[in-house]
Amino acid sequence: MEITSSLFTAKAIYIGILFLVTLGIAAYSTYGERVIAAFLQDRVGPDRAGPWGIAQPLADAVKMFMKEDFIPSKANKWLFIAGPCVSMLTALLTSAVIPFGGKMTVAGVTFDLQGIDVNIGILWVFGIVSLGVYGVLIGGWASNNKFALIGAIRAASQNISYELAMGLSIIAILMITGSLSTNAIVENQMNGHWNILYQPLGFIIFIVCAFAECNRTPFDLPECETELIGGYHTEYSSMKLGFYLFSEYINMFVSGAVMATLYFGGYDFGWNNEVNEAIGMFWGPLIGVLALMGKSLFFVFVFMWVRWTIPRFRYDQLMNLGWTGLIPLSMFNVVLTGLAFMLEYTYGFNHWITSAIIWGGLVITITGALMYDNATYKKKKAVIA
Amino acid sequence: MTYYLLPKIIMNIWYFLTALTLLSALMTIIAKNPIHSVLYLVFTFFCISGHYVLLNAQFLMAVNIIVYAGAIMVLFLFVIMMLDLRKNMPDSKSNLTKLAGAILGGTLLVIFIGTMRKASFNQATILENYTSQTGMVESLGKILYRDYILPFELVSVLFFVAMVGAVMLGKREAGERNF
Repeated sequence: MEITSSLFTAKAIYIGILFLVTLGIAAYSTYGERVIAAFLQDRVGPDRAGPWGIAQPLADAVKMFMKEDFIPSKANKWLFIAGPCVSMLTALLTSAVIPFGGKMTVAGVTFDLQGIDVNIGILWVFGIVSLGVYGVLIGGWASNNKFALIGAIRAASQNISYELAMGLSIIAILMITGSLSTNAIVENQMNGHWNILYQPLGFIIFIVCAFAECNRTPFDLPECETELIGGYHTEYSSMKLGFYLFSEYINMFVSGAVMATLYFGGYDFGWNNEVNEAIGMFWGPLIGVLALMGKSLFFVFVFMWVRWTIPRFRYDQLMNLGWTGLIPLSMFNVVLTGLAFMLEYTYGFNHWITSAIIWGGLVITITGALMYDNATYKKKKAVIA
Repeated sequence: MTYYLLPKIIMNIWYFLTALTLLSALMTIIAKNPIHSVLYLVFTFFCISGHYVLLNAQFLMAVNIIVYAGAIMVLFLFVIMMLDLRKNMPDSKSNLTKLAGAILGGTLLVIFIGTMRKASFNQATILENYTSQTGMVESLGKILYRDYILPFELVSVLFFVAMVGAVMLGKREAGERNF
């Protein structure tokens, strides 16, 4: 009983720390977003609150709380309140299955740096992501505003469309690992043996889908200002709006962590076991945690970089890309991965040849697609005109 | 670890979850607002997923959430939001429909009660055949793709036919208006 309860305490503390770290990173992502935007647009950016504007998120939070909390008179009151709460809840739930580090030993208790190690880990992520749309949908409908409703409906159809391609791109990862558990996926990639070597196409599809699922530019049509005022959060003010915006930043961080876990080796930095032996089971895994955090923060940076570089898609272009571009590509990716691994098992190739086959397949696809596009360009132009 | 030693707390969770499931299922049909009905139904699906977890079937839990709560109910909500609820309120059903519904539901209830009474809950035999891995994705996959591969493939053909049918229905004829 003693072991169980100390393990329980360790997990409880770990989950508490994870919660605080996620919120902290989300808060400072807003600061990072402004600094990066300022850098890309050759401005100064926030520099008034504290040194280098470091207290800016705090000032923003105070401002958000101080604003009038307004509920439109014709709105559905309970659903109007439930919308942002559901958004926040689903954003925070995903990180439960992400392994943030290997086994850690603190005060004689050894535990995984992972909320729950279920053998369906990646399906959990997928399920929670598919629930994320409820927050937006409920909030948009409850506002009783047609622009908010259109924004919500756009968000729902966009998320459903891109979930399919996302799921198909994950299938290729499952074929490599042979397990649905996120922990097994990371352990399969230890010592620099990362999945990106075998899944370049899968990663591209996944990151595009992640942009769409997080409603980030170039796919931020649910909150397209020029067409929809503010989109689904038009009627929201004060901290309810803050929750919506905040959950977007949490989603960004968590999807960065998921991408690092699936494609970039999770907490692996090449010499995990050697470092663990050298400096013990507390500091070693902690370096692994920092490695994963670094990778996810890099992806958060990519999200911001793309936001201030690429303009917004038109809605029909978005749907076209999702259904006729990404889904066939991800099916092709599944076939290509299957073929490469079948050849590996049949002829006993080593991993480099498998990787080469997959990269070669990718190059052939891109060339083929470009040639096809070139050949049919005039026809398409005629159809559009 | 025997059946008799099933922790009290698990039993209590089961009672709580069952009460919650029944309550939200009832609210689904009682609620006046269709949107509330859909949301209660989503909640019911969550409770059923909770039951799957108690039965040690994690895979079914996740798939239930992804397919039902995540995809089908979003589309439901989507369609209902598009309707103008003040114009398209469903009419009250006639007495004949209500009677038919009551008879159908009552028959189903009788069948369920009959089956439950016939079924033997001999704890010894249940324990003998019990493996904790039954609900795991590995054993489910082996059963689906080894023992029941033909029915499984036939079902996928059926889905494909339904999909083609839906595309055919949704397709715009040449010269037809968009809206």
